[in-house]
Parts: sequence; C-alpha cells; structure tokens
Amino acid sequence: MSENLTVTLTVNGRKITRTAGAHLTLLRWLREVAGVTDPKYGCGEGICGSCTVLVDEVQVSSCLVLAAQVDGATVTTAAGLAEPDGTLNPLQRAFHEHHAAQCGFCTPGMLMAAAAMLADGRTRTRAEIRQGLHGNLCRCTGYGPIVDAIEATQLGAGQHSAGQHGAGGHGTGQLGARQQGAGW
Amino acid sequence: MSRSGSPGYPAGSEIRSSKEAELRVVHQPLPRHDQAEKIAGRTQYAGDLAFASMLHARLVRSPVPSARIIRRDAAAALTIPGVICVLFGEDVPHNIVRVDVPGQTVEVAALKASMEVLATDRVRFHGEPVALVVAESEDALAEACDLVEIDYEDLPGVFDPAEALADGAAAVHEQGNLLGEWRIDRGDVSAAFAAADAVVEGSYQTQTVDHAYLEPEAGVGWLDDEEVLNLRVATQVVEHYRDVARILGIPEARVRVIAPYVGGGFGGKEDMTVEPYLALAVWRTQRPVHMQWTRQESLLARPKRHRMWLRYRTAARRDGTILGQEIDITADAGAYAYLSALVLLYSSVHACGPYRVGNVRLRARCAYTNNPPTSAFRGFGGMQVVFGYESQMDLLSRQLGIDPGEIRKRNALARGDVLPVGQAIQTEVLLAETIDAVLDRAGRKPVPSGPRKAVGRGIASNIQSYGRLVWLNDSAAAWVGFQLDGSLSVRCGVPDIGGGQASSLAQIAAEVLGVEMDRITVHFGDSALTPLAGTTTATRQLLMSGNAAYEASVLLRDAVLRTVAAETGQPAEGLRMEPGRITGQGVAVSLPEALVTCRRRNVPIEAIGTFFGPKGKPVVRDLQADRVFPDFTFGTHLCDLEVDLDTGQVELLKYVAAHDVGRAINPRSVAGQISGAVAQGLGMALLEEIMVADGVNLTGGFYQYLIPTATDLPEIEPIVLESGEGLGPFGARGIGEPPIGPPAAAVASAIHEAVGARPTVLPITPERVLGCAAEREPPRDFR
Repeated sequence: MSENLTVTLTVNGRKITRTAGAHLTLLRWLREVAGVTDPKYGCGEGICGSCTVLVDEVQVSSCLVLAAQVDGATVTTAAGLAEPDGTLNPLQRAFHEHHAAQCGFCTPGMLMAAAAMLADGRTRTRAEIRQGLHGNLCRCTGYGPIVDAIEATQLGAGQHSAGQHGAGGHGTGQLGARQQGAGW
Repeated sequence: MSRSGSPGYPAGSEIRSSKEAELRVVHQPLPRHDQAEKIAGRTQYAGDLAFASMLHARLVRSPVPSARIIRRDAAAALTIPGVICVLFGEDVPHNIVRVDVPGQTVEVAALKASMEVLATDRVRFHGEPVALVVAESEDALAEACDLVEIDYEDLPGVFDPAEALADGAAAVHEQGNLLGEWRIDRGDVSAAFAAADAVVEGSYQTQTVDHAYLEPEAGVGWLDDEEVLNLRVATQVVEHYRDVARILGIPEARVRVIAPYVGGGFGGKEDMTVEPYLALAVWRTQRPVHMQWTRQESLLARPKRHRMWLRYRTAARRDGTILGQEIDITADAGAYAYLSALVLLYSSVHACGPYRVGNVRLRARCAYTNNPPTSAFRGFGGMQVVFGYESQMDLLSRQLGIDPGEIRKRNALARGDVLPVGQAIQTEVLLAETIDAVLDRAGRKPVPSGPRKAVGRGIASNIQSYGRLVWLNDSAAAWVGFQLDGSLSVRCGVPDIGGGQASSLAQIAAEVLGVEMDRITVHFGDSALTPLAGTTTATRQLLMSGNAAYEASVLLRDAVLRTVAAETGQPAEGLRMEPGRITGQGVAVSLPEALVTCRRRNVPIEAIGTFFGPKGKPVVRDLQADRVFPDFTFGTHLCDLEVDLDTGQVELLKYVAAHDVGRAINPRSVAGQISGAVAQGLGMALLEEIMVADGVNLTGGFYQYLIPTATDLPEIEPIVLESGEGLGPFGARGIGEPPIGPPAAAVASAIHEAVGARPTVLPITPERVLGCAAEREPPRDFR
C-alpha cells in the first residue's frame, strides 16, 4: 500500500485539498475522495472515455493519470460546464435538443471530448467530429445525435431548433419542413 | 399513407403515419425529461451513491472453467487491516439462486434451474463466484482478494455444445448436458421439398457477444430504520427483491430494490448481478456496502449472448414462394441455465422470419458447457435466427433471379397468417412498406471508389415479438395522482435503462390528463414505493407499464370530469382536460378548483391502473400454440458498403432502417432505439466476439472487445412507419429489441454482392471477407 499524499486540485472552480493514497488515479480521487461523480468508471484502462475530463484545458482519461501527477491543476468535468446557477451551456443544450443522451452514462465523458474538440474554434466536418469522438464509446445512440449536437454547437446553433442540421448535407432535406411546437 | 417530414428526428430520419391521430403530447419529439440532468452530470447512477462509513465488497472468482474445490482458506486475507469478513457458500443462509423467469410474473419456468450464490465444491465456468470479501476500503479489498486461498482440482470440461450433446461427454450437471429442446413439425415438409423448383441450404454461426453497456454492474446496499434491506443497484428487474429475500431467508417485505437510471442494460442486467452479494455483505456487517464490478469482471463472468449454429434448408417455387423449411439450431448455454431454454424458444418461434411458411420442421437445442453462461440479450434468441433466415432469402433471391425486395414481399406475413408455431398474426403487417421505404430512401447503389474496391447492397427484414410469453401471467401497475396545485405525480415500478421508459409514461399521462410535461414527475423503479411493473426486458414496458399508466390516467380523467359535470350540471362527455383547466360548453373551471371539488365530493384525485398481458397456455417441447406472444414488430434494413479487396476491410457507406412501430409515443426515443440497436447489431456483424479457449475467457478488456466507435459507423437513418396497430397505448408496438435483428444479415448480403460469396460466420472479420473473396477470385500472384 502506498503512502498518503496531499493533493490540491481546482475542480469546476472549487479548490479542493485532500490527503489520500498517492497511488489513486485522478478518477478515483475525484469520485472517492472529492465526491465528484460525474466522470464515470467504464473500463479503467483508457479505452471507453467515460472518465474524460479536462486537466488545464487538455483532454485526459482520468483513469490513466494519478491525481498526484496533476497536483495543482485545474480540472473541468461535465458538471463544470454549466453556469453556476445550473443553466446548461450551449454544448449541453445542443446535446439536450438533439437527444444525444440515452442511458447517459457515457455523456459526461462525451461532453468533455466535445468541449476539447470545440475549444480551438475550428469548424469540423461530420467525419472530423466522428474522428474526434473515437476515444469515447457509446452503446445506446449509434453516435448520430451526438455528432448532430456538436455540429450544431460549432455552428452556433445550439439554442436553435433541433431540426436544422446545416452543413451536414446527409438527407436533411425533409427536416425543416414541418417544425413543431416551441421549446426543443 | 401520408408521408411527411421528420420533426425533431436525428438527421436523415423520417416518420410516416397511416392513421393521423389528434395528439397533443404523445407523438411529439419532445426532449426526454431525464436528459437535462444526465447532460448536466447530476444523475446519480448506482455506483455514484456513497455513505459515510460505507464498506466495499468484491468477489473472488474461479480461475478455471471446470474443477472441484478442494480447500478454501480466508486466514491470510483476514490479516489485512480493514478486512471485515470473507464469506463462502456456507455463510449464505440459503446458498441457492433460482434462475427461473424473473419479474412481475406468478408462474416460473417449468425448468426449476438453480445455481449456488457462492460455489462450495464445484465450479463450472471461469469467473464463477467462490468467495465474497468485505473491507473498509477498495485498497484493502484488492489486497485481501489475492490472499483468499482456494485450491482447485481440475475436472474434465466440455466447451462445445455439439460435443456436449455427444455420448460420453463430460457432464456439466448431473442431469446431463441437454438443457432445453424445442421442436416444430407443421405441414408436410417432405412433400414441400419434393414439389420445390429450388432448394437452398446454408449453415451459419453466430458468436458469443457481450452487452458492453458503459456502466459496469454496481450498487449500494444499506439497512434502513425499519430494518429493511435496501439495494440501490443497476438492474432491469426490481422484482429480484424476492430472490434476495429467499437467499437471506427473510420476508420479501423486508427487502427493497431501487433501480436508479441505469447506464444501459440490453438484457445483461436482467439476471441478478451484484444484488445477492451486496445483500449478504450488508446482512452480515449491518453496515452500508458498495460493490462495483470492474469492466474485466463484467466481460469475464456475466452471462452473454448465445453462440448458435444454424442449419437451414429452404424449398421454394420458381416464383419465389417458400414452400417449406427445415431448421436445426444448436446453442451454447454455458455453465448454468439462466434463461437459455426460453432464449431457444424465442429462436424457434421466430426461426422462419416474417414470412408465410406452411411446412416447417425445426429442432432447437441448447447444451450446457463449461463456457461463460449465456442468457438474455436484446433480441433474446429471436435475433440470431435473422442471420439464418435472411441469408436463406438472399440465396433464394440469387438462385431464382428475383429481386431481394420482391421475393420478400411475395412471402411477407399478413394479418391472419399463421406462424409455424400456430399463432395467427392479429395486427396489420407493414413489411412490404418497410421494404419500399428503405429502397426509396437509399436511392442508387454506390460505385466503387477505386480499382481494388467492390461495393454491395444488402437488405434484411425481421419479425420480433414484444411483450412476454403469454403464459407468464404478466402484469404491470402504475399510479397517477394530482397534487392540489394541478401538478401530477406518476409512480410506476418500471426500471429506466436509458430507453426513455419513465419519460414515455409522463407523455402518456400528459396526453390523457391535459397536463403540461414540466408539471409531471415520474417516480420509478422502487420495489417498495412504486407499484410493481415488471421487468424492463422483452420489449414489454411500453406495452405493459405504458398501458397501465394510460389506464390509470383515463380512470383519473373520467373521475375528475364526472365530478365537474355533476358540479356544473353539464354532461361529462362535453368536458375536456386542458393544461390547467377543464373546459366544455359554458364551462371553464381551473384544475385546482376542480380538484378541490373532487375532495369535497369524496372523489379520489389519484388512480391506479393495472394492465394484464394477453393470456395463453404454456407450450411443451413440441411447439403448437394459438398464441405464444402478445404481438410482433416488423422491419427492414438496408446496408450499402465497400470492401477493400486487398485487405478485406469493410466500410459501411449507408444504413437505413425502417420499422412499423404502431405509434411513436416519442419519435426521438424511437429513432434512438433504432439507431442504437443498429449500432449494436453492426458491432455483432463486423467486430465483436468474446474469445474463449477451452473455457478460459481470453477477453480481458475493451482493448480486445471492440464495440463500434463513432468512426466505425455510417450515418444511421431510421424510418418510422405508424400503422396504429400495436397493442400498446395509442396503438404503439414495442421497438427496443427489434432493430438489432437485421444488421448482420444485411451486411452479409451486401458483402456477398460485393465479393461474390457469402460470409456465414460472425463476426465478419477482414480475414473472413478475404476468404469469401478468395472463393470467387483466383489467388493473386504476388511474386
């Protein structure tokens, strides 16, 4: 058993200092020590992406780094994307509007992969968005709605209707034809 | 049939209704009410809840597939600081778990199959639980588990179901290795083959597949102030509280199972996973306990999809009419029964597909082996056979020179037609419409992108039941009640495993009761506090809990309207519930006012609805029944792909999937179910396989078990047809399982077209594709 170590991280804007096992991964430190449970354990070996977080703006599988390695860093998880009052950010709103979560277990990691992708401000094609997601597994959606949501966000369409798919150009002709009701 | 655009669908999807219904909330592509919390990262899954002073539990599992247990010793493990206890089978009050049909069902399967909670003297598969360790920390647990000493003496094993059924095979269980057998003998098969213009034969193999939901098995257990054992676990079945009570020897009323939002189920959380172990640990320590299985454990030891060997012979007339079919199915049941016999029953009933086949001889058997156990998985035996019957259909289409869509339409089941098992189809079948829909949508076939590339198109149709076997006396209940401010609470025991099971109940209640969606709260998946609604399996929840919620809502609506009618002197028939008020000729009463009137007149402002599934008699080995399932869902998929003739790599170019869902309660949830099932089916077609060598499971993680990533899949385009003919609320059919059936067959047919020979073994790896190509092409000279 390893020694204890004091680690300080700024998680979603909150500075947290805890003394815990030096061997703890960032994922375990967040979940078991700091009580931040939106990064999920899905495989423990960096394949599924459910534990994806940003460490000083860099996309990281938190099951593959030790908390001690990133002592002093700023960590952002999906729960940190929303406004302080809980209002969803544009990426999250686009996920909501495009039905991009089903069971929702991959969603926090998927959001962080998307956030990392969107950070450079570059507009990606659907194929490039898919490439950017290939480290994050989803077993429910078939990925299409997630790609839709990210595409809509980069076009600044996050708060608009889900029916507008812009540059995708894959059989969207009928979609705008019968917009229904407000609020989605 | 009207054709319209597709509001709110994922890109490329569409919806077509044959009967336009006047619906305000149902049928609208609303965001599901559970989405916002999930996207905000606030949803607390089974493994997320923590208590102060919580203990942790972990299993010690057998490292060998077949052995006698010689010695078990916990002494060394108990020396680790923080270890509370190590439990063996003798420590379990009733060390037996029934693996009969779970859920809200009064009958159990004829098979009284069981297994030990913790193996005492014999292990039958690699990964079987032998000891349970409970400790103060995960770290102590990890250290202690390695120190639990268990000595095994290897016993002969059997790892292939055909070998298991042969004389002299090592017996997995004392009663022999044949776990289940079903037969169908309908019409005159010999005469049908004698009269045939064409006969096609094929042998097909499907592989062992893992559910691979992103949430591994997990949960937390604790004792509450009433000394009730609470288990908050990732499950599809809260009714397992009964099994837990039996294991502990305590009244069922002392166990409560809570299913929070589940991170995917697909059948893999139908049988118990962490429940009995958490229960034992809590019972023994009287403290809250947390259990989290690793991904590696999940891949190693939880029941999988059955490997099947399918042999088909099909006789047809020149015009493509199928005259008869002979089918033989052998499945690997693994080491314990679980639901294998029923899975094979599903295979048998669905074995001829969505076609009229008057003369059928079928034998389906499943055998015990020392491989990982197999049990429920989306499609439940009704999906492996699609690879068989649709491969046959494609071979027939080629041999007779009839277009693949046309030959299917000529044989398509219609209302009134009788399945080989004897059940008549009672609802309208839109199979031909699904075929036209995918072909219309797909347009022209693609052209190869280079000289060493070949393209192909395949279509595949299927039939898949929804709702439980009719002799299981299935039922579901839901409670609907107004609060005094006019907001609404719905209580229903349905576990929500990600398909929008809870949210659809809100939509149904909102439709009937005129309440706005944001004024409805659904309490779900609690065996103590919500009316029991049975398992979220068998594509049954919309049929069962959906109808229960509908019935409760109608009862409540009628009671309120009758009361307002009596109060105002207007006929109840002229009154309508609208958001916040009740209106009619000369009547406009606010809802809170109406509710106060109900209270004053002693009229309850709550109602419970119980829906009972269609009834029928149990079947025996020789299948013959008027009814086996409530009803069926039909669909057709189309796949365009390109094969690299040098590497065997398959690139999926286009995928269209059309199903008649009766009525889409939430079109987005329907599209999500279709797209997700297609993705899972494509993984089975091309990528996934649990590798087992002589019973040793070699699949160590997601780096070996490859489920499709975003780059492996094409844009999946769902098309939703609405016949309005389903048995669910508003004419809905079930859609959770059906779309996983066709992908493997559609892909195989497309590869056949591309390379000129048919893949018959799943998954269709590049090596197998090259094998097919080599059948048609002379080997290239690389010198």
